[in-house]
Amino acid sequence: MPPPAKQPNVRVVTLTIDGRDLSARADETIIEVCRENQIPIPSLCYLEGLSVWGACRLCLVELAGQGRLLAACSTRVTEGMQIQTNTEKLQRYRRTIVELLFAERNHVCSVCVSNGHCELQHMAQKCGVDHVRVPYRQASYPVDSSHEMFRLDHDRCILCTRCVRVCDEIEGAHTWDVMGRGSDCRVITDMAQPWGESDTCTSCGKCVQVCPTGALVKQGTSVGEMVKDQHFLPILARRRLAQ
Amino acid sequence: MSTSPKITVATTWLDGCSGCHMSFLDMDERLIELVQQVDIVYSPLVDTKTLPDHVDVGILEGSISSEDDLEKAHAFRKHCKILVSLGDCAVNGNVPAMRNHFKLADVVDHAYRDTVTVQPQIPTRGVPALLSVVKPIHGVVGVDVFVPGCPPSADAIWYVLSELIAGRTPDPSTVTRFGA
Repeated sequence: MPPPAKQPNVRVVTLTIDGRDLSARADETIIEVCRENQIPIPSLCYLEGLSVWGACRLCLVELAGQGRLLAACSTRVTEGMQIQTNTEKLQRYRRTIVELLFAERNHVCSVCVSNGHCELQHMAQKCGVDHVRVPYRQASYPVDSSHEMFRLDHDRCILCTRCVRVCDEIEGAHTWDVMGRGSDCRVITDMAQPWGESDTCTSCGKCVQVCPTGALVKQGTSVGEMVKDQHFLPILARRRLAQ
Repeated sequence: MSTSPKITVATTWLDGCSGCHMSFLDMDERLIELVQQVDIVYSPLVDTKTLPDHVDVGILEGSISSEDDLEKAHAFRKHCKILVSLGDCAVNGNVPAMRNHFKLADVVDHAYRDTVTVQPQIPTRGVPALLSVVKPIHGVVGVDVFVPGCPPSADAIWYVLSELIAGRTPDPSTVTRFGA
């Protein structure tokens, strides 16, 4: 489902983030308030213009008085919240999350078409991941090159579901979906048919552009050539809401 | 000229393309400055045949792919005070580890039988036995400094060595990353 439209008359709450006194609309999430105030919060599944999924957990923050960590993308602000966004504990957790993403599938950056333009790769550098401390799973995943314009490499998929959401909420085709559980989880097209045989795909390429890694790419791109453009998304999302 | 005592450095490459050593040489004129502070006591770049008993900094390029790689990694860990994992193959397995998707026997068959037209045969003499799974260096021995990159730039290697020479612990995340 797309994000709900903002209410015209909504309460304003006050809160502190990293010691800064801030005010925000009560229907905003922590990550929205942080982005508005240039407070960096890492995320991979969250993308402005798409509904909230809360899968990657990289946007975890600490809330005073709460023992557990909260995902900033799926937590609304409330009056008096005291939030920390970059404690040592959060840094440690984020680094581990990124390492687990690398260990689960086979992200060989040096031979990836998205090398140098990959959000996972940037996240690794930002979180100080210089090696992966858990053993690699070394599982095999297929590549779907059946589409005449695009390619799907499950090895590089981090299951952020941006493709699923953009296809459903912005393009309105709902070609993409998710199949399986745990490490067998995969994004699929239609009823797990080859992408090139999809009856619903409009070949618009929005899924490719929002994909943070080299999982969805244009055919014919070579190492480091796949550069993505996500500027269209907030504009289209606003127009969708206005309809 | 520096008056401080030189540190000893040993390097070797395991299952890799030697690109990291080429990147090392890409330091160009800085190599002259480096040899005033460093003695390369064992390396494919010099003629020494045996690894000395005590080395200050050991640098490993490539992943652990064969019995020979395993032996060298253990020897470096044993004789080097600081062990540096240099390049993506050493740090995460990289391209050599892509064979982990397949059974070793299938990989060997493909390389020496399926794709060979003249005298297809699997070598058994003079080559080390391959391990069934390719691992990064820290998958078999402890590593002190990780320098990702394919290959890490000469600047990154220069930074890491300069910090080690100065007795500091480098943070290569600021100068390189996976696939850089």
